[in-house]
Amino acid sequence: MGKIIFNRRRLLGQIGAGASLLMLGGCDVFDGVLNTDNSVRKFLTKANALTKNVQHALQGPMPMAREYPASAIREGQRPNGSIDPQTEDYLAVKKNNFAGYRLKVRGLVDRPLSLSLDELRAMPSRTQITRHDCVEGWSCISQWTGVQLSRVLDKAGIKPAARYVVFRCYDSMDETPSGPSYYYESVDLVGARHPQTILAYGLNGQTLPIANGAPVRVRIEQQLGYKMAKYIRAVDVVDSFANIADGYGGYWEDRGYDWYAGS
Amino acid sequence: MGIDLDEREKRQEKPSHKVIYRQSAWTRVTHWIWAVTLFFMVMSGLQIFNAHPILYLGRQSGFGDKQYLGPQAGYGNKQFNNTVLDIHAERQSGTIVGVTRVLGHDFDTTGFLGKSGPKDQPIYQAFPEWATIPSYRDLATGRVIHFFFAWILVATWSVWFFASLINGHFWRDIVPKPRDLRHLLPDVVNHLRLRIPHGRSYNVLQRLSYAAILVIVIPGMILTGLTISPGVDSPWPWLLDLFGGRQTARLLHFCGMLVIVLFFIVHVVMVIAAGPINEMRSMITGWYRSNPETKSKEA
Repeated sequence: MGKIIFNRRRLLGQIGAGASLLMLGGCDVFDGVLNTDNSVRKFLTKANALTKNVQHALQGPMPMAREYPASAIREGQRPNGSIDPQTEDYLAVKKNNFAGYRLKVRGLVDRPLSLSLDELRAMPSRTQITRHDCVEGWSCISQWTGVQLSRVLDKAGIKPAARYVVFRCYDSMDETPSGPSYYYESVDLVGARHPQTILAYGLNGQTLPIANGAPVRVRIEQQLGYKMAKYIRAVDVVDSFANIADGYGGYWEDRGYDWYAGS
Repeated sequence: MGIDLDEREKRQEKPSHKVIYRQSAWTRVTHWIWAVTLFFMVMSGLQIFNAHPILYLGRQSGFGDKQYLGPQAGYGNKQFNNTVLDIHAERQSGTIVGVTRVLGHDFDTTGFLGKSGPKDQPIYQAFPEWATIPSYRDLATGRVIHFFFAWILVATWSVWFFASLINGHFWRDIVPKPRDLRHLLPDVVNHLRLRIPHGRSYNVLQRLSYAAILVIVIPGMILTGLTISPGVDSPWPWLLDLFGGRQTARLLHFCGMLVIVLFFIVHVVMVIAAGPINEMRSMITGWYRSNPETKSKEA
């Protein structure tokens, strides 16, 4: 070997210079192009469509999310988002154990419905032990009982123009000058008709608690928790959600989250 | 006198170092795409991690005794705590400190993890603002960036893998051979003394680390990332069995990130130690000034 072409002091100096460059580069230089209205961010979000299409192709017609044995239930279902809604309509409907509650099924349907909790419970039920995955990263396995959304949709009869189901909720995430901004979510008909997509009224063998979305919430097991709207007051069958709120199809979608919540 | 010495050195050195074509265009282009991709993926990944800076072992999150005291019963279960890593801020004798809890052992990481930023305006989040993209808390945008570059990573890795199989780079330079392993000890000693060999192909430590990153860690990051996605778990439930559950997959995804960051640091130090100009030239133009004894077609 020839002589070593290197100088320790120079090496340390270069490492130091490199590290300080990195620290500078690492802070806020990208923030400017990342606002929801910026074209760079809009370009990056195109990858979400790819994700959705590839996952749909993988999933085929009806893949079932894994269902777990009862022994997998180790704790209560962690509640988050709204946990105790204080909107006037919710306070009114929750009196007497939701005796006055009616689930409205509206929009592009042949027979608009107004179903009481007893009527929902009288329909054939499905019980499933599944894993709830929050967009934040945690998971929690619980047992959910409810009526398959497809049965409710069939009862109402959806029109050929229908493309999405929108869940309208009682809870408001924040007060705006124009009133409460109610939580809402939407799913396409493939997701809505999935056998594991249920309007749940029971959790771990008991009545669905308020913290987890009483009286009725939706379970969409192929997607993240923010899809699974709680405190549902109405199911709207629509051909487009462009005219609802900010037009992105959900409360969190209007705030920059992907409409397809499968990853 | 001194000039004479320099002249002599130059004359001796010039014919003995051969400039050889070392890096194919496939290797060079994918290398720089990776450099950019991993930068954005790590920093947007830390943004996502900050949304719930706790890692668990298993299929779900055991919240232990973190009771929820809301309108109905709490959810915690003292016995069910499968936390591996928990980064948070907590009050300790009057002051708030950043705490990193690893397997139940607490470390004060104020200034970096759990609590960071200026003293008069501290920021209480797991990883500091300088380590995340965007710098401010924005899970939605972090996810957009992460998934965009995830697709770039998948595409780049696939291109690199198939090109390297076809052009021979994979077997020639990446896969460690039995005879390489015989050089392991002298090679470790050489690296520790920063005596870096300059051959046509990679030395054994390079082979081992590049093979580990390119064949195990990056595909592993892609697969654990997919396992975190509920939309992939339902068509491919075998992923959950392969990694031992969604939360273990998330833990492994985080550990893979640490390995990649460690690799990056060592990689840059080695490039500087081996002669940054020559190394950069070979990764930009493909041409590399090798040791005198190097044959241009080293097997």
